[in-house]
Amino acid sequence: MLEPSLKIEELAFAYPDGNQALFGVNLVINKGERVALLGPNGAGKTTLVMHLNGIHETTHGKIFVSGQLVDAQDKEGLKKIRSQVGIVFQDPDDQLFMPTVGEDVAFGPYNMGLRGAELEKVVTKALALVGMSEYKDRPPHHLSFGQRRRVAVATVLAMKPEILVLDEPSSNLDPASRRELADILRSLDVTVVMVTHDMPYAYELCERAVILSQGIIVADDKTKNVLTNEKLLKDNRLELPVGFSIN
Amino acid sequence: MVRNINKIEISHTELGHHHGHDVGERLYLHRHSIVHSLPPHVKIVAAFMFLFVVISTSITQWQLFIFYFSLILLTLTVAKIPIKLAATRSLIEIPFVLFAVLMPFFGTGEQFSIGPVDLYRAGLLAGLSIVGKGTIGVLIAIILSTSTTAREILRGLEKLKLPQLMVQIASFMLRYVNVVTDEMERMRVARASRGFEATGIKHWKILATAAAALFIRSYERGERVHLAMLSRGYDGVLPHEEVTKVSVKIWIKALTLPFLALLAHLLMIVWK
Repeated sequence: MLEPSLKIEELAFAYPDGNQALFGVNLVINKGERVALLGPNGAGKTTLVMHLNGIHETTHGKIFVSGQLVDAQDKEGLKKIRSQVGIVFQDPDDQLFMPTVGEDVAFGPYNMGLRGAELEKVVTKALALVGMSEYKDRPPHHLSFGQRRRVAVATVLAMKPEILVLDEPSSNLDPASRRELADILRSLDVTVVMVTHDMPYAYELCERAVILSQGIIVADDKTKNVLTNEKLLKDNRLELPVGFSIN
Repeated sequence: MVRNINKIEISHTELGHHHGHDVGERLYLHRHSIVHSLPPHVKIVAAFMFLFVVISTSITQWQLFIFYFSLILLTLTVAKIPIKLAATRSLIEIPFVLFAVLMPFFGTGEQFSIGPVDLYRAGLLAGLSIVGKGTIGVLIAIILSTSTTAREILRGLEKLKLPQLMVQIASFMLRYVNVVTDEMERMRVARASRGFEATGIKHWKILATAAAALFIRSYERGERVHLAMLSRGYDGVLPHEEVTKVSVKIWIKALTLPFLALLAHLLMIVWK
């Protein structure tokens, strides 16, 4: 059987100041799935994401990416994990630090050892996937917020990840940019984990949704079932926007 | 109800002079010239060699300084940089010149007087030397920064084997200076929206608090950027351009400036 893209077993984590954020997370995500990770502020979503590529060291429990254990001590293994788990951070200004769009997209694959024509090819392809090819030589701060978010996605796609992890992908986007990003995400052949508060976006893009609340996964079902369970949403400080209903 | 559209277009003359908001590229002036087209590291080497010749010239050989200044004027013309622009930008040296102006009045040794004022010869020479050499240095820096983008200068320094760490720090500064100034501007607008306008010393406390907040925000952003870099496999080295060989012809073109200066200097020594 195919190894799942992501397997999390009994993951618990406390910050050095004693503040515990995760209390035993279990989750399996199969290849090609798109899963929405829902949950109120402070539920531990970001903490969980930071574990997926070994930025936070696992203190209790295990994480496997395509069957390989994420181990913060194993520097070589970690390099591979980081190419497989592509995280798109919430603020594109945090993600785009190189002087031009093209150089930024090249950053990841360069670290993976690509050079010359091969590197060029990967960059061109990644920018084409998000429809930003003609902005290759522009500095990031000249782009609109929506364009920067798309470039941020390209920087991660250039590493050919097994899983694409997006932190609030629709935040601060105008409706057209939000839809364009959805089209891009749908067109990609990759496993997606989407951390979001945007319920309609989750419904539109992900067939499956999990709710993380107070450091533990309290629901894991088809997105439609999760979003139509009023009591479940209410208990976890989640709400559908006014006027939005799922039939 | 959908309204009829009646757009009011504001003409460019009404807008007045447009200031680029790009802090990192503010100095660069786009022109097509030989000076602009030279590779950045070649330009940097030429500039430093020229300065080296200038610095090793004694101020008593004033004829040479006239020659150096005419070389600079020539370079400005070739680079299509307006003299007026170079002159305005060179005003940056005024604080240093003020110091040099005081030098003839203080010192020891041989004295002479012009009208009612007593001057020291050594102090006068030292002051003239600072003004002369300083002005040439500033002008060379202006030519370099007006004909080369900040990004290119960094590439040049990288090619000249400046330590990676310094190049990285400088390029991050270049990337984030706009983000931070935008943030600063947003904070100013937020203050002003609540009726605050800094007018005097009594407002310094608020400005200092804002500066501290900006510092903390920038620090936290630094941490997030670092996380984003680690997530894409950063291990201490930023990607850099593949090295391309620069032809001898280009080097000769660029080194004409320091060569002419050196030649004049040597001729002067022989002639004496």
